[in-house]
Amino acid sequence: MNYEFNWGLVLSGEYAEWIVQGVLVTLKISAISIVFSMLLGTIIAVFRLSQIKPLEWFSIAFTEFFRNTPLLVQIFFWYFGSDAVLPKAVNQWLYQQDFEFAAGVIALTVYTSAFIAEEIRSGIFSIPKTQLESSRATGLSFIQAMRYVILPQAFRIIIPPLISQFLNLIKNSSLCMTIGVMELTYMARQIESYTFHGFEAFTVSTLIYLCISLIVSFAVTQYNKYFLRQITW
Amino acid sequence: MRWDVVWNNFDYLLWGAFPDGPLGGLALSIVLAVAGIFGAFWLGLAVGLLRIAHSRLMRWPAMVYIEVVRGVPLLMLIFWFYFLAPIALGHTLPETWSALIAFIIFTSAYIAEIVRAGVMALPRGQMEAARGTGLTHIQAMRYIILPQALRNMIPSFVNQFVSLTKDTSLAYIIGVLELTRAATQINNRTLVAPTEIFATIAVMYFVICYALTSASRRLEKQLARYQARGR
Repeated sequence: MNYEFNWGLVLSGEYAEWIVQGVLVTLKISAISIVFSMLLGTIIAVFRLSQIKPLEWFSIAFTEFFRNTPLLVQIFFWYFGSDAVLPKAVNQWLYQQDFEFAAGVIALTVYTSAFIAEEIRSGIFSIPKTQLESSRATGLSFIQAMRYVILPQAFRIIIPPLISQFLNLIKNSSLCMTIGVMELTYMARQIESYTFHGFEAFTVSTLIYLCISLIVSFAVTQYNKYFLRQITW
Repeated sequence: MRWDVVWNNFDYLLWGAFPDGPLGGLALSIVLAVAGIFGAFWLGLAVGLLRIAHSRLMRWPAMVYIEVVRGVPLLMLIFWFYFLAPIALGHTLPETWSALIAFIIFTSAYIAEIVRAGVMALPRGQMEAARGTGLTHIQAMRYIILPQALRNMIPSFVNQFVSLTKDTSLAYIIGVLELTRAATQINNRTLVAPTEIFATIAVMYFVICYALTSASRRLEKQLARYQARGR
């Protein structure tokens, strides 16, 4: 093993700046995709629970399809093939933006929303039916019962799995490097090809990912400890 | 729409240049997924059993392993084994092997958690009764606990297999000629049908993964009848 370690290379100077920029892009693309996938996921979950059959079928098809195909393929699909599936005006607008970034956001959003929709649905289902029945019996309307009794409990249960979906999204955002989004993994790879000091670059970026995920999972554990106990059935 | 592009290259998507060259395309993806899940099962079983061992000396390294592997994107792991194998081994590893090792390591951490959950879900009385009849801890694990736990875990294993099948697409990044790479090659060569090509391979992955997902759902229902559950 004749490999000279050079930690200064990635811990200071230009390459350290690359890493910082990469982290910022990772956080930015993740944050934007999290917001959009929560919105889309909620809509899909509501479709699934609605009484209108076509909406329910659409929701089932959506979740099954996007959950059972690789994210990388979806990224390529949106990046190379969005011309054929998105309206022309939308595409033209996207091309004026940072198109790589936008394609990454679309792919991450659609992929993650399929998982989020399932979490939300199972959260609502996990509340016993009697909760709804007894709150209706006390005189609440359906919407009131949902709002004050069912949803507060459901959301308390699904926050931990939702957050682990967000964490998955942050890790999955590394795949956006394949279409040229300059996030953390892209930068690490870039440093590797400029300096041949991949070991240091990968170590630093691995540690950054690890820190993010340990912080998030610690928070989830604490949440579970203090809040999840309060739910009773 | 230029579906003829897809049609003309369909055999390349299915098995690459196979009889004349190395195996590729969908066939290689499936080989990677099957070999990956096989390796990950045994490694994951070992790590999972260490994770629930009594001695801290065994438990802690297993916990660190699981947390580290699960906290890192798979893409990063693939890079580790691809770029660093030469440093550690002194010679390069074929890309397919780097990818396969990364898949096994990555999936084993998730399987370890499944194993742990499966064993913990059994009633405590099972272990106590087994020990009470005079079996040692290892014998009790082997003949009483694991057979029951593993059967309950089959649906989770299938789900992990689905994930791995999807994840094999990441081998693309280091140049393994699996389905996604084959599709990108065709796309780069033809340049007229990106939507059709990527939609086609998405459907190929979907058919396999959806079949497995439905099978696991059916299994879950069947197994629920025989399950011994604790607490």
